[in-house]
Amino acid sequence: MAMTDMNNGPAAMRTALGRVRGLGSAKGGTHHWWMQRVTSIALLPLTLWFVVSMIGLAGTGYVDAVLWIGAPVNAVLLLALIALTFHHMAAGLQVVLEDYLRPESKRMLAVLAMKGACALLALASAVAVIRIVAAA
Amino acid sequence: MTTPHDAREALMTGRRSDGTAVRRPLSPHLQVYDMLQMTSLSSILTRITGVAWSLGTLLMVWWLVAAASGEEAFARAQWFMGSILGLLVLFGLTAAAWYHTLAGLRHLLWDWGFGFELPTMYSTGRMVFIGTAALTVLTWVLAIVFWG
Repeated sequence: MAMTDMNNGPAAMRTALGRVRGLGSAKGGTHHWWMQRVTSIALLPLTLWFVVSMIGLAGTGYVDAVLWIGAPVNAVLLLALIALTFHHMAAGLQVVLEDYLRPESKRMLAVLAMKGACALLALASAVAVIRIVAAA
Repeated sequence: MTTPHDAREALMTGRRSDGTAVRRPLSPHLQVYDMLQMTSLSSILTRITGVAWSLGTLLMVWWLVAAASGEEAFARAQWFMGSILGLLVLFGLTAAAWYHTLAGLRHLLWDWGFGFELPTMYSTGRMVFIGTAALTVLTWVLAIVFWG
């Protein structure tokens, strides 16, 4: 594409940088979209594992729950589930807020507040898992 | 005229030939669509279930933090999730989660370049609805069978 552009018309005199200047920052490009897909695929087995595990724990008490969370494999998978869940959730909620909120200032504040909340929830969950592992 | 806050406002303002400002009419929008057709319904439900699931993650956070806090806090969380309201919320969350998961698989199929033909779109949409109902019931049948 670049070759034909360069050989036709006034664009021939312009550098690649000159052509994109003024069009605004590319920022993340496709990163947001791609990460939403990657996290969704990773969450398929993780969420299924979590739901099946919760079914297994249904009706049991505190000791069983703490023993299950504190088991090394479960703790590692839980931390992965927490990180990916809140990453995917923040990415999804960001698009929802961006679609419905105007003006830009309100939208930016809402997205930042939402991302802050997601980060804090993820950290609280992760600290809870690590605390249980440390106590085991 | 005031400075528009929304960039789209630029497209809404125009001038008559005599120079007076005029607000251009808005083209027909949501009111002309049948909101319950498969394409739009399955699309908006993906978003609604995603938001519902986001709220549902609070239950996971509560469960984990309560387990780390001690027996008393854990008993409170477990009491709520075993109550009628808690079970209803968990059931709704299960349905929302299955819908979002299956609709997400449908999206991944589209991302891969398949399923864009309208008849395929309708049949995969139906599969998502039927799958949600079947898997939600299956999840809770298993939960009840393995209870305790």
